[in-house]
Amino acid sequence: MSPDTPVNENKDQFRPDDHDNDHFLLTTVVGSYPKPKWLNRAKELYQDDDHEFDAEDWQEATDDAAQLITAEHERAGLDAVVDGEMRRNEMVEFFAHRIEGYEFNGPVKVWGHNYFDKPSVVSEVEYDDSWLVDEYEFTAAASDRPVKVPITGPYTLANWSFNEAYDDDEELAYDLADLVNEEIEKLVEAGARYIQIDEPALATTPDDHAIVGEALERIVADIPEEVRIGLHVCYGDYSRIYPEILEFPVDEFDLELANGDYEQLDVFKDPAFTKDLALGVTDAHVAEVESVEQIEENIEKGLEVVPPEQLVVSPDCGVKLLPREIAYGKMANMVEAARNVEAALDAGELDVERGAPTPADD
Amino acid sequence: MENIKRRYSLSGTTMTEYVSTTPGLFPLPDWAKDDLSGLKGHQKHDLISGDESGEIAAAYEEARKNVIDAQQETDLDHTVEGQLRWDDMLAHPLAVHDAVETRGIVRYYDNNNFYREPVVTDDLDFSGDVATELETAGELADGDDLQAVLPGPYSLADLATDEHYGDEAAFLDAIADFLEAEADAFPEHETLFLLEPSLVENAPEDGVDERASRAIDQVAGAVDADVVVHPYWGALEEKVYAHLLDADIDAVGFDFVANQEDNLYNIQEYGATDDISLGLADGQNTLVEDPEAIRERVDWIYDQLPVSAFETVYLTTNTETFYLPYAKFEEKLAALAEAAELAEVKAA
Repeated sequence: MSPDTPVNENKDQFRPDDHDNDHFLLTTVVGSYPKPKWLNRAKELYQDDDHEFDAEDWQEATDDAAQLITAEHERAGLDAVVDGEMRRNEMVEFFAHRIEGYEFNGPVKVWGHNYFDKPSVVSEVEYDDSWLVDEYEFTAAASDRPVKVPITGPYTLANWSFNEAYDDDEELAYDLADLVNEEIEKLVEAGARYIQIDEPALATTPDDHAIVGEALERIVADIPEEVRIGLHVCYGDYSRIYPEILEFPVDEFDLELANGDYEQLDVFKDPAFTKDLALGVTDAHVAEVESVEQIEENIEKGLEVVPPEQLVVSPDCGVKLLPREIAYGKMANMVEAARNVEAALDAGELDVERGAPTPADD
Repeated sequence: MENIKRRYSLSGTTMTEYVSTTPGLFPLPDWAKDDLSGLKGHQKHDLISGDESGEIAAAYEEARKNVIDAQQETDLDHTVEGQLRWDDMLAHPLAVHDAVETRGIVRYYDNNNFYREPVVTDDLDFSGDVATELETAGELADGDDLQAVLPGPYSLADLATDEHYGDEAAFLDAIADFLEAEADAFPEHETLFLLEPSLVENAPEDGVDERASRAIDQVAGAVDADVVVHPYWGALEEKVYAHLLDADIDAVGFDFVANQEDNLYNIQEYGATDDISLGLADGQNTLVEDPEAIRERVDWIYDQLPVSAFETVYLTTNTETFYLPYAKFEEKLAALAEAAELAEVKAA
């Protein structure tokens, strides 16, 4: 690394030893990835009481899938990998099954004929067994690369549940935040250094950003400084939460922006973005692989907001709804584009003006 | 039948009738969730078109029978059709209309629910979709008091996009004309609930509030039944409430789950219709209210109000109930029915 390249120690801990460019744009994913078709088939067998496919077989199947997708992430060239959340069904249900105080009463509608088992909080929430340590240890053993751990945030866990037990959702969110904190402590003990809190519910109720902030304070209490904490927010009106979110005790914001064609980019230019920006550079809901050139342009949008040392490159959101080969194509092109932009930065070929609002089209 | 099921009590010099009911839009029974997702699919273009037939129509018929049975078994005073076909919730009457294109999936108020954005591209002529549903329900209800449910004109206009009528006022007028004609085709029914959450969630500005009230008046005028206008997710702004009282309607609904103080203030300051609808059971929480507690809330509200008595008090959930798992929805119906019964016992 040349002596004049600014340093971001927290991010640089994930820089591979054999990284060729001076600049380093950390490449990663939000978390979820399409499940192999055979895993869905195995699940059907596992849920069929008449079939002899048992818990042990299911464990083996999910282990295999986790290994496969982690390797797929490595093959795409990602710097920080995830197992694609192969063991998780839905982002609230998965955790609610592991937290004392939750109960399930049946499916509810999200839209059309899409349902989810929205759980009810019926008593004080309590920490029982660890939620993700096994998953993390398995993935870490399966890969030489750093592993990122996505966790559904307490605000979303509270907001997307029926609250029967607490006076208000705020109180519930804080109690859940304490449990998330306990889980992160265990993950850190197991070696995890990159944690992402997912809070999609913030987009539906942006006025509650102070509650999310307070919950995050609880989440990071006594977590060592070098552990990287990210916050993922998507599909909302960011002007309603920025710049307030800069006060949150996190290292990185992971934001969906490609879907809206960077219309909301200017929101983050003033005041200056003081955290790391994990920029969504490929759309998670368009089943077409963006070209390397297109993704390079998208990455350069990020440089209008933050300098290269604060930029991280990621898809908009979890890619689990895409066909698997499309998801892979997006990851591979994303990594290639990031390496190209790094090389252009090294060569001094990129001149992006930071902080200037985009001129209106007309 | 009617008189046996109704509950009267002496309160001051007026007899108050307590009527347990709901604003409709029920969850599908779990078997129907499974069957219909298999038959229709999960994507945007798989949702209801209004001309379904065969197995899909049969599944809806069976499900409708289930929810009407559920209302009868719990002795709920008014029976609704259940609006199980309303994939797009309150936007349904437009979503199935020929002059409407359904586009992207958009958020349904501040909930984690979505509906297809209905875009009106041509004249909204008569459809009859809801009237047909209500007729079938009437046959199944077998003499029980039937209650019709429609989106109020202001909310329906608010949920839709206009690419035909040109301006906001003309669009609201067109929606009111449309709903008036739809309601006019309804078979005989006891009450009509007009659901108006947008009056709270996207409160009309000065001038528009008056127009919204006129539109409601127009739709209400189409039926002989008692008309209840039910806003929810909070309380109406004062002026909106005052204008609403100008419409010729029988009752206003109040969401006492979401907001107690401002709703009471409105009634104290501006008075109320002769009948009232109290949203006291939470349509969005699985915690099932104790019927005793619901009855006590009724008494407590009475104590806060200057009026001596209402002629009819509807006891209902504050919102639609499709947010709930099916079994909890059934428990809510039972709690409301029992609360209405307790109100009678207490007064006797």
